[in-house]
This record gives sequence, structure tokens and C-alpha cells, in this order.
Amino acid sequence: GFPLNLQSEELRNLSLSGHVGFDSLPDQLVNKSTSQGFCFNILCVGETGIGKSTLMDTLFNTKFESDPATHNEPGVRLKARSYELQESNVRLKLTIVDTVGFGDQINKDDSYKPIVEYIDAQFEAYLQEELKIKRSLFNYHDTRVHACLYFIAPTGHSLKSLDLVTMKKLDSKVNIIPIIAKADTIAKNELHKFKSKIMSELVSNGVQIYQFPTDEETVAEINATMSVHLPFAVVGSTEEVKIGNKMAKARQYPWGVVQVENENHCDFVKLREMLIRVNMEDLREQTHTRHYELYRRCKLEEMGFKDTDPDSKPFSLQETYEAKRNEFLGELQKKEEEMRQMFVMRVKEKEAELKEAEKELHEKFDLLKRTHQEEKKKVEDKKKELEEEVNNFQKKKAAAQLLQSQAQQSGAQQTKKDKDKKNSPWLCTE
Amino acid sequence: MDPMRRSPSPCPSSRPSSPRTPPCEMFGQVGIEAVLDQLKIKAMKMGFEFNIMVVGQSGLGKSTMVNTLFRSKVWKTSLPSLGTPIPQTLQLHSLTHIIEEKGVKLKLTVTDTPGFGDQINNDKCWDPILAYINEQYEQYLQEEILITRQRHIPDTRVHCCVYFVPPTGHCLRPLDIEFLQRLCRTVNVVPVIARADSLTIEEREAFRHRIQQNMRAHCIDVYPQKCFDEDVNDKILNSKIRDRIPFAVVGADREHLVNGRCVLGRKTKWGIIEVENMAHCEFPLLRDLLIRSHLQDLKDITHNVHYENYRVMRLNESHVLPRGPGWVNLAPASPGQLTTPGSMKTCRQAQDDSDDEF
Repeated sequence: GFPLNLQSEELRNLSLSGHVGFDSLPDQLVNKSTSQGFCFNILCVGETGIGKSTLMDTLFNTKFESDPATHNEPGVRLKARSYELQESNVRLKLTIVDTVGFGDQINKDDSYKPIVEYIDAQFEAYLQEELKIKRSLFNYHDTRVHACLYFIAPTGHSLKSLDLVTMKKLDSKVNIIPIIAKADTIAKNELHKFKSKIMSELVSNGVQIYQFPTDEETVAEINATMSVHLPFAVVGSTEEVKIGNKMAKARQYPWGVVQVENENHCDFVKLREMLIRVNMEDLREQTHTRHYELYRRCKLEEMGFKDTDPDSKPFSLQETYEAKRNEFLGELQKKEEEMRQMFVMRVKEKEAELKEAEKELHEKFDLLKRTHQEEKKKVEDKKKELEEEVNNFQKKKAAAQLLQSQAQQSGAQQTKKDKDKKNSPWLCTE
Repeated sequence: MDPMRRSPSPCPSSRPSSPRTPPCEMFGQVGIEAVLDQLKIKAMKMGFEFNIMVVGQSGLGKSTMVNTLFRSKVWKTSLPSLGTPIPQTLQLHSLTHIIEEKGVKLKLTVTDTPGFGDQINNDKCWDPILAYINEQYEQYLQEEILITRQRHIPDTRVHCCVYFVPPTGHCLRPLDIEFLQRLCRTVNVVPVIARADSLTIEEREAFRHRIQQNMRAHCIDVYPQKCFDEDVNDKILNSKIRDRIPFAVVGADREHLVNGRCVLGRKTKWGIIEVENMAHCEFPLLRDLLIRSHLQDLKDITHNVHYENYRVMRLNESHVLPRGPGWVNLAPASPGQLTTPGSMKTCRQAQDDSDDEF
């Protein structure tokens, strides 16, 4: 072993006799962060038209480009957009993820699935990077969802079953902050009841929403006070209306003006405080240390890893992950090869078949040709025969005619001779 | 949770690699900058860790220097009595303290190396030191790859190794060069000229100059390494520091009265050497570098570069081992593997050689 002698039981508090200077450490840390910038990713879950885009615009005092979605989406899809914001020396890379088409389908059974898949995919990407041999987690553009704003429709009654199901599926994967959208459509007295109903439904269904941290004395008080107002009833607006002698973000109705930043009118300011000004870093930390760790643990256990294996050291994790991945890739390749071979074989078979058929055809053709030729020959022979016969016949005919004519002639001559002979004295007729 | 830091490759580009996203103009205060305070609060609640190692021969004032740096009796130093023997082999002593200043809590671990360079044959005296450093990386790695891992992995990795060069006034000795070469590849090394009060200002400058030449000649890359300068400001600041390295330092933990002021210093017959007086020695530069300005940077480089390099080496090693059924066992790192930086090749050779014998 090494000649090592650790005396760490003397973990005592030393008193300092002068200024050392490490009180600058928090500043050193912060300076580093500002040069790299921060990532913050918000997922907005809510029905089409509930005001997600407007609320984002209002929260960040800007106009993010987006076209309003239609209600005709066949399914839920997630659309992520990244923006760079800067305030004094803080650079923020903000990603807003929208659930397009949420709540529009007739059958909403699977609505939560694309959302869960998206969240998991971001964890998976980070895990992949973390498990690489040569990795750069420091340059990594963190896309993991830090906060999920769940937009509850302002019905005034209770949560929809879609809301409960979706939130239940998401609560172990992301920090959920429920908000009541378009809160200016609910009367004040109804709002209180609505909020209570929602919170009790969440509790009775075991939905774990994000808890604003109260362990830190500097933020404990404000977080505790704000928590009471959950879910935040918000109104979003980028339009400005003149209130008194100032311009303020508001919604103008014939019966009055709803001021977004007026805490008597809605909880927008509370949401902004909680989400950005007080707990942004905690949201990021919880995502990394709790939700991501849970995902990582489950994923690795799923793949068959254990921390305490009697035979192997826990280090085989990385190894085996790569091994399993290579195995999987190997299998894929094998399958691909098999398929290719089968294809080649099939092609060969077909080719052989076709060749066979071709051969048959050729043979048939040859046979036919031969038969045709034979027949032709036969016909020709017969023709020849016939011709010969005809010739013969003609010859015979000609000969016969000649004979006949000769016979006639000679007969005539004979008759004349006979006559002559008769008439001649000479003829003896003894 | 650590916010994003630099890339682990030796010479990273200064731009983060994420794709360009459109900048958005905000009309009015949103409150994003509050995240800085949030970060500070969390960091202060968590507390900070810092692990420093001091290496050098006995009598160079290492323990005193540590006490001076941290203004406390980190080590119970006493004048070396005739009774205390110089250790026969290199030992490593670690002490951990919690110190607090203006609400900032720091868990400080100091590792001393008595016996370094004191033997007649000092060959491979750096091995136990390298082994210790790599052992800390190994521990961290083991924690990091657990399935159920701690929220905050305790960091015992050596963030900075202060190397005490004896004030010979000439140049670096072979031992110094060997040690610096090896260690610079594994850990942040800050060399200092120890007991600089035995050199005049001119002698110091000449000595420093020669040491810098030596380091360049042997490709010794001490902290702050040039290739990790992130931007122009870093370059300017760090270049100034690099010009003065190694700092000529004097340590003292006694206070004396000088011109009505109480100062930390060494009293000699010919005067009092004030530790915090830049005209006398460069201790303030060392303290500022290690504590006041670059402490976080030392930790970052350790985490993002040295630790990552170690991790890459270990993970690559595991692919070399023969595969077993199902899981592959990674053999525990043997002492041989831990002592030499980038040791895979040399290790394998050593093993092959031993095989040949049979």
C-alpha cells in the first residue's frame, strides 16, 4: 500500500488570525457562471388557445415568434424553441417547449405520451453524454426540462381527468407548477373555491407538484407566503394600456381593465417571482439532482446494472453499457446481414425460376419449330407427290390423247386402206 | 450543482459549442439576473472544499507557509528539535479543517509530504505522491459511476500542488525537473522559491529567470496553463502571473511590531522580513493566486481537465481486459497503474516483461 497517513478526524474549526480572503469564493464562482451563461428550459402544457405563448411573452417581456396553432392536430407534438436573452451581465439560453395539439383530440388517452417521451429524451441525451469516454459536460447545451407550467382551464369547477392523468405521469419527471390560465374569466369569489378544489384534488390523487424550497432562510419566507396562492391564477398580455399616467400590460374590456402586474387582479407577479427571480436556480438543481438522478438510476437498473455485485466492481457500469450497446448494434447488424442474404437468395431463386421458364419456352419454341418444319416438309412432299401425279396424269393424258388422235388417224387411214383394199382386186378373201 | 464549466480538452475553443440561437430583446426588467444571487446563496449554504498539497524537502518552510496562507495553526509547527528524525520514506499527511470567513465556509484539506527528496536515493520519490493524487481521482470516479449516487460527491481531489524549490540560486535540479514534469500532467502545480529571504532581489530575479528557462526547455506546464485561458481578460491577467512564477516566498506565523504596526514576519538580527510586504517577498502574490482570485479556477481545471483525463484513461483501460460472460470485471487499479500519469503503455510493458521471464 501507499505510505498514506490520513488524520482527518481532526475536522475541527480553525480560528483565523487575519483576513485570508476566501470570502471571495462565491464571487469567483458566480463570475465563472456569467461567462458561460445559463440554460433554462420551460415546458408549457395546456390546451390549444389557453394562452401559453402569450404568457411566455409576458413573462419575458418580449415577443417570441410563433404562429398560433390550429385545433386540427392529429396528435400531441412538442415544439421546442431556443432564445438567447441577456440582462445586465447574465446571458440566458431559454428554451420554451410547447405542447401543440394538447386537448384537441377526441381520444386523449395517449396525450401524455409525447410529453413524457420528450422529457425522457432530454434526460437520455444528457445520460449519453455523461457516459461517454471523452465527454464535454461543460459545453453541453442542457435541454432538460427545468419547469413544467401546467395550464389549467378556467372552468371554475375542478380539474379535468386529462389534467390529473397527465400531471400524475409527469410529477416524477419534472418540476410541475400548476397555473390557472385566463384567470380574468373567473370571478374572485369563485377563484378561491376553484384553487382549493384543485389543490385538494392534487393531494388526494397523490400528484407531487414542485415545492418552493423553505430550507434556505433567505428565501424561506417568501416561498412559504407564495405557496399559499397555488395554483397561480394568471393573465397574460403584451398589449399596453394607459393606467393613470403610466403604460401597463393589461387586457381592456368594456367593463374594466385587467392589469397583469396588479397583484389584486391576478397572480402573474407571483408566478414571475417564483419562477424566475427566486427559484430559477433551485428548479435547475432539482431537475439535475432529483429528476435526472431518478431517470438515470431507473435506466441503468433497467439495463441490468447493480451497485453491489459480489463478483464485479461497480465500475463495469460504463463498460457494460458500452458492451450492451455494441451487442445491440451487433445484433442489428446481424439481422441486417441476414435480411440481405435472404434477399440475395430470393433473388437468385427467382432468377433460377425465370431461367427455367425461359429454357422451357425455348424448348417449346424449338419443338414447335421442328414440328412446323416437319409438317411443312410433309406438305411439300405431298405436294411433290401430287404434282408428280398430276404430271403423270397429264403425261398419261397427253399420251392417251396422242394415242387417241393417232389411233383416229390411223383408223381413218386404215379405213381408207380397207376401203382401198376392198376395192382392190387383189384382196383375197379366202 | 456545478454550473457549466470549460471543456476538458487541453486546448478548448473559447466559444461554447451549442448552436446559435436567436437573441431576443426584452423590454423591461424580467429579473433573470437574480439567478446570480440564487447561485451565491446556494453555494454558501453548501460550503466550499479546497484541497492543497505541499511538496518539498524538509526545512523549506512548507508547514509555516500553509499556516501563513490560512492565518491559522493548520499544522502544529514547532521548531525542529534534534529528536525528531527525518522520515526514512516518503509519507503523506493529510489534515482537514473547516474555516469560515464572512459567512463563507471552507473545508480545507492540506496534504504534506515529509521525506520528499530527503533520502540519498530519491529515485521515484514522486510515485507515492502521484499514487495519492490518482487515488483521489479514483475515489471520485467510483462515486460518480454508482447507480444510486450521492447528491454531492465529496471532493478529495488535489486542486493544487505547491512545489517548494530550494533557494540554491542556480537553476532547477534534476529532482525538481523530474517531479515537475510528471506532476504537471496530473495536477495543477504552482512552484515557489522557498525561503526566498536567503536571496537578494537580484539573485531572485536571475534564479526565477533561469527556472522559467528550465521549465520551457523541459515542457513543464505549470498553473496557470496557457491553453486554458478563456478570453482576452484571462490571458492578460494570467500572463502577468506567468511572468512572475515561481514566486519568491517567505512564510511566517509570528507577528512583530514594525513602525507601530503589527505585521506577520520573520525576525532576524539584520531586520524583520515582512511577509505581506511586496518589497520583501512575493507571498501576497501566492496568496492572491491560490485563494483570492484563482481558487475556483484551480478546482475547475482539476475537475474538467485532470479528472477527465484520468477518467478517460481508466475507461479506455477497461476495454483492454478480456471479456467475461455477461458483465466485464474491471480489475482494481493496481499501485503501478496509479503512479505514472498516462501510465497505460508503460504498465503494459512492465507486465509483458514480467511475463517474458516465465
